[in-house]
Amino acid sequence: MNDSRFATRSELIGILVLAVFLVVILPLCLDVFRLNLVAKYLTYAFVALGLVICWGYGGILSLGQGVFFGLGGYCMAMFLKLEASSVENTKIQSTPGIPDFMDWNQITALPFFWKPFHSLTFTIAAVILVPGLFALIIGAAMFKRRVGGTYFAIITQAVAAILTILIVGQQGYTGGINGMTDLRTLKGWDIRPDHAKIVLYFFEVGLLFACIFIAQFVRHSKLGRILVAMRDREDRVRFSGYSVANFKIFAFCIAAIFAAIGGAMFALNVGFMSPSFVGIVPSIEMVIYTAVGGRLSILGAVYGTILVNFAKTSLSESFPELWLFGLGGLFIAVVLAFPNGLAGIWGDYVQPRISKLIGTRKPKAGWTDSSVADGAPAE
Amino acid sequence: MFGDYSIGDLGSIFVMQGFAGLILFSVYVLMALGLAIIFGQMGVINMAHGEFMILGAYVTWMTSNFFQSYLPSLFSGYFFLAMILAFLASGALGMLVEWVLIRHLYKRPLDTLLATWGLSLMLQQAYRSIFGAREVGVELPQWMLGSLHVTDSIEVPINGVFVMGLTVLITIGVAYIMFRSRWGRQVRAVVQNRIMAGAVGINTAKVDRYTFALGCGIAGVAGSAFTMIGSTGPTSGQLYIVDTFLVVVFGGAASLLGTIASAFSISQTQSTLEFFMSGSMAKVLTLLAVVGILMLRPQGLFALKVRK
Repeated sequence: MNDSRFATRSELIGILVLAVFLVVILPLCLDVFRLNLVAKYLTYAFVALGLVICWGYGGILSLGQGVFFGLGGYCMAMFLKLEASSVENTKIQSTPGIPDFMDWNQITALPFFWKPFHSLTFTIAAVILVPGLFALIIGAAMFKRRVGGTYFAIITQAVAAILTILIVGQQGYTGGINGMTDLRTLKGWDIRPDHAKIVLYFFEVGLLFACIFIAQFVRHSKLGRILVAMRDREDRVRFSGYSVANFKIFAFCIAAIFAAIGGAMFALNVGFMSPSFVGIVPSIEMVIYTAVGGRLSILGAVYGTILVNFAKTSLSESFPELWLFGLGGLFIAVVLAFPNGLAGIWGDYVQPRISKLIGTRKPKAGWTDSSVADGAPAE
Repeated sequence: MFGDYSIGDLGSIFVMQGFAGLILFSVYVLMALGLAIIFGQMGVINMAHGEFMILGAYVTWMTSNFFQSYLPSLFSGYFFLAMILAFLASGALGMLVEWVLIRHLYKRPLDTLLATWGLSLMLQQAYRSIFGAREVGVELPQWMLGSLHVTDSIEVPINGVFVMGLTVLITIGVAYIMFRSRWGRQVRAVVQNRIMAGAVGINTAKVDRYTFALGCGIAGVAGSAFTMIGSTGPTSGQLYIVDTFLVVVFGGAASLLGTIASAFSISQTQSTLEFFMSGSMAKVLTLLAVVGILMLRPQGLFALKVRK
């Protein structure tokens, strides 16, 4: 294996296939409504991508990715909401010029932390910096004190619960349980009609590939190897003189920023943001997308997200009863039988057969760079 | 925030909120005891714990309906039978789950989390298909309604007192099983050193199965007790799960005393704060305090001193 390169040849082919699938095949096959659904699924793919780095490589299972998804989404939604609540648009309110839910909650002036969100530049910076800093604080507080594994998972879950309760409770500042709805324009450009949806879709795919490249870079750099080493034998890495905590914080921050970008794209694509994408249930579902796609596979995470969400939409449309059984069974099957998810099935069963058929290469003995089945040490 | 109240008022408020907190405390302890066994002793993250509680609640509901239709004369005492049935039903399901699912995952604690989350989804849908999506409430027998007047300003609902008494009994029972019985010694031996415990002739697989079943059974009893203070729906279990885990982790996972102490401090903080601000802000502050303290003391309040 050549370490200095950013991707091996088979990985490059994989990225190319994904690119053709997302950029050419899907837009040609699907109508705008379905394409917009795919765009919604892909916003979760950002989260799944972050989880591959943080959980698959770093061994840090965060059950609070919804927090970062939500922070990114809310930053973007605040900007869009301010734009949608111009004085002309809101002249029927008792205080024109502020978002409608503030008016309903008897708030008469824009709160101070809303004001900077008039600027798009600030918003874009906030989408990345707010979740990044938040992850830095949580990560530093936890990893410096060597909180890890199960405990970390439960605490991130608690953080997700806290943020949800806070958002729902502070109706006047956040829109409460309904969230921020009726988002209309981005710098005067209407985000609701079909052609805007298509532009946003391609923009999102572009961002996704940027994130995939970053993830690939992390994976193939020395940093990625330290992450894997840390996951498998944390003590040895520590005794070799590496600052384990700092590497973990870095992985966690990357995952948080990816999730936040996904959240911001969600607000743009779907046109609203609500606390139901922040809490524990969506956070765990995001982990499941990663697990189904393959926690060690960067591209697998994208496919897993699309597949699970597609199954969710189509099954819950036609068999609402069966859907939860199916999803629950999927989790159990993935954990028990395919710890490396779809990517593992592909690498272990499909790819060797194809190679054999074509006769190009000898089948590899195993797909994974390190067996997850043995498990990273819990703490 | 204390400025508007006189010392006497404050005393009264604290006593009143203290009683409310005691009921909340009982609820937390009941929820957390089963989890303290499963998570604290076995290291299994059981995200379906809430669904085991709901199973107990549904069993209680069915028992109450049965008594109402066929044995109305014995209705006042149905509850005691219902609790036993709830324990047996949840325990039996727990045993099945351990055999099918959990025993393959003992070396991968984080994967137990995913798998049991899947299980919880399936159970939720099963409840919805069997019992309907509507929340169900249990009819209480006559003697459990009403409240006790302690002083003029302090009133305590009888069902709350009953839940408190039940909590004390169950806690003593669990403590007895874990620390005095032969079986409890085996459990703790397996937890501390599985290989050694196996070498001295303990059937570790069997101990695992019964420990998990006991934890689930206690969850069932907890669910049964909950029917007296609230209604139950297919997804109610999810509401409890984070609180429950926080209680167990905050107390120090392997310590029963820690679980009780953490349930007490969390419930009292929340119920006192609730008087001065909205319920959701009280909850946020309480959870923040818990998370903050956990960052300072990652092993929880009552960590066992062990070498790793």
